Amino acid sequence: MIDLQNLSVSIHDTPILQDVGLSIAPGQVIGLVGESGSGKSMTALAVMGLLPRGAKASGQIMFDGLDLNGLDDDALCSLRGRRISMIFQEPMTALNPVQTIGDQVAECARIHRTISRDGALRLAAEKLTRVGLPQDRVPLDRYPHELSGGQRQRVCIAMAIALHPDLLIADEPTTALDVTTQAQILDLLKELVAEEGMGLLLITHDLAVVAGMADRVAVMRKGKIVEQGETEILFRTMSHPYTRQLLEASNHAPAGIAQPSAAPLLQVNNAIRDYPLPRTRLLGPAPQFRAVDGVSFTLNKGESLGLVGESGCGKSTLSRAILGLEALQGGDILLNGDPISPDMDTARRAGLQVVFQDPYGSFNPRWKVEKLVAEPFHLLGARPEDWRDQVRQALAEVGLPGEAMTRYPHEFSGGQRQRIAIARALILRPELIVLDEAVSALDVSIRADILDLLADLQAKHGLAYLFISHDLGVVRNVTGRVLVMRAGQIVEEGETETVFTTPQHDYTRNLINAAPKIPPAWRTA
Amino acid sequence: MLRYLITRALSLGASLVVASLVIFTMIEVIPGDPASFMLGLNASEDTVAALRDELGLNGTLSTRYLNWIGGLVAGDFGTSYTYRVPVAELVVERLQVSLPLAIFALLLSTLIAIPVGLIAATRRGEMTDYTIMGATQMGIAVPNFWFAMLLVLVFAVQLRWFSAGGFPGWDAGIGPALKSLTLPAIALALPQASILARVMRSSLLDVLHQDYMRTARAKGLSIAQATRRHALRNALIPVLTIIGLQFSFLLAGAIIIENVFFLPGLGRLIFQAITQRDLVVVESVVMLLVFAVILVTFLVDVAYAVVDPRLRRRA
Repeated sequence: MIDLQNLSVSIHDTPILQDVGLSIAPGQVIGLVGESGSGKSMTALAVMGLLPRGAKASGQIMFDGLDLNGLDDDALCSLRGRRISMIFQEPMTALNPVQTIGDQVAECARIHRTISRDGALRLAAEKLTRVGLPQDRVPLDRYPHELSGGQRQRVCIAMAIALHPDLLIADEPTTALDVTTQAQILDLLKELVAEEGMGLLLITHDLAVVAGMADRVAVMRKGKIVEQGETEILFRTMSHPYTRQLLEASNHAPAGIAQPSAAPLLQVNNAIRDYPLPRTRLLGPAPQFRAVDGVSFTLNKGESLGLVGESGCGKSTLSRAILGLEALQGGDILLNGDPISPDMDTARRAGLQVVFQDPYGSFNPRWKVEKLVAEPFHLLGARPEDWRDQVRQALAEVGLPGEAMTRYPHEFSGGQRQRIAIARALILRPELIVLDEAVSALDVSIRADILDLLADLQAKHGLAYLFISHDLGVVRNVTGRVLVMRAGQIVEEGETETVFTTPQHDYTRNLINAAPKIPPAWRTA
Repeated sequence: MLRYLITRALSLGASLVVASLVIFTMIEVIPGDPASFMLGLNASEDTVAALRDELGLNGTLSTRYLNWIGGLVAGDFGTSYTYRVPVAELVVERLQVSLPLAIFALLLSTLIAIPVGLIAATRRGEMTDYTIMGATQMGIAVPNFWFAMLLVLVFAVQLRWFSAGGFPGWDAGIGPALKSLTLPAIALALPQASILARVMRSSLLDVLHQDYMRTARAKGLSIAQATRRHALRNALIPVLTIIGLQFSFLLAGAIIIENVFFLPGLGRLIFQAITQRDLVVVESVVMLLVFAVILVTFLVDVAYAVVDPRLRRRA
């Protein structure tokens, strides 16, 4: 039905795609896998005719005998949303915030068909019900901000399938969602493909997602498709080295998990953290939301402790309290027996450092790397005489050359920036580093390198890590013990392997089951 | 929505009370007392005492404040010392010029700015955009009285389409009255339109890069349709803020333009009252302007809620 032949795209003479060939039949799911910058999304945008300004495409995009490459925008407009639809990664921002979801779904019908407003709204109601948003729970007059991320992605799907398209392109449709929500959305897409007989081009960085969904898989790297074939055969043979590398990196376990000593480093005792909600009455107290509800645990010296949970479960709130950024409303947190609070001694803060998720937003863009890495020295009062040597040494430890010191953060890639963040965390030789989704934004191969680096540093300096993540696979590979958090409480705690093989709590079991997996039998080769 | 409006209205009331206290105190802290200040250095004891009596300055602070506020609420703004007429009469007379002028200028500025900003944003980086950006830069840099003089030279002196100044009053009919306000309104509107067009452009550029615009295109909307249906309303939110600020400015800030065109407006009234030390007029007119500004802010808040559903909480 759709057939890409020798599709090449360049932007201002920089090649983005080279000779991409791909075909999708009705009712078929094609998985397009690759790391960021490999050209997956560009391929999708080329099919939609929505390439960015300045992009030139050559080759053919045959759709039912019609070459889409070269059609004018009017002709493409009449195809988009009617015969070829697309959903995107970020459901939080994909919908117009000032229009109701009913109007936004109805709009698809109204621009492509002659249909009354009421008729279009009836169609919208029907499609929203189909994607799991029935009118009695989520009426048409809701605005996007009143829905959760998963619900918003369902609205996007309803818009995309409203007119029975022949082809649906889903660009990382579940990457921004929690695992349980991801599983539901993937199930819904699978059902819709079967029901509507449409083709689905599923773009993702996650091999496990395509393993469970796709009939065929294509692997992309640097603008080229390096390997494609039937899913099971591709996974069993892994004939291209890059595919193998990708798979290994996605399940990378650093050599050996550190053996902690029995001495407690961080003790969290019955911690409670409340947030005030908007007032409901003008006078009188504002209602409180309990984000962390009586959490207790101990982290020993040199230990890697995992903290997993879905968004909104309170993991980040807990981490901010542990870092001493926000005060507790009950209980206490002790580091080496000394209490942690926002007004604690700065020297105590020096023993406690953090690496955050976003390697782009965590640095002041106008500071050079040496200043960024040396910043924690202010906790000690004054910078030591040899601070530049210490910065150079810290950078060397994370595998960056000394010349990096005089450069600015925008000159580095995401993985390199995360190394800079680790150097910054390391420079005061803390005992504990909080890793708050520190590898979640990285591509699998870079993630594998960073995990190795963290393991090396731990072995060398006897560091303890609190490893906060929504990614169960990573937590399983790098931590010795794990805490499972839900609605502000720790629902399960234990040795990582034990928790993953024999989860005791229903919630843990759901989480583990929902995570997409590559069937073990496929990995024999 | 109702709760939102009630909260906004309450905060409006609170701001008014605070503003009235500040104005009252400022008049009170003037060295000496208002009566001797108004009469100047050479006034005799008797005259000052008489004026004190006339102004009601002999009560305690709190009774004087309450009398003043009570009067304002009842529409009694006191009597002007220099004009010897009730301040309310003066204000109503002047508002007949200032209010239509401000609205006229604001309409012009909005009607110019929104399409101009829209064109600049959709042609970003093209010659049209550069031309518009250059012109608006000029519009902001050049003072409005210079525009005013230029307009007078061209349209009144050379072409004789408009009179160079003065206001015939509304009794002369709507046509002539509006005609006499046209040049001043244009002079006032040009700098405002320049600012507003730039705000519109940058706000629209932000919106055009939002994910939901890509979604709209993926649905099959053309660029023009997507801009009209999804971008405009989102882009208007920051523009509304500026419009609110501009109206407040136009109402009282037209002093220079009123002088250039000999218009008997509010700005001139307050200017003259200050030079003539007519504190009764100053006090009341300033309070009235504060009220107008707060009212406009409230209307802008209401407009926000109409445009942006995230601000109306479901009850």
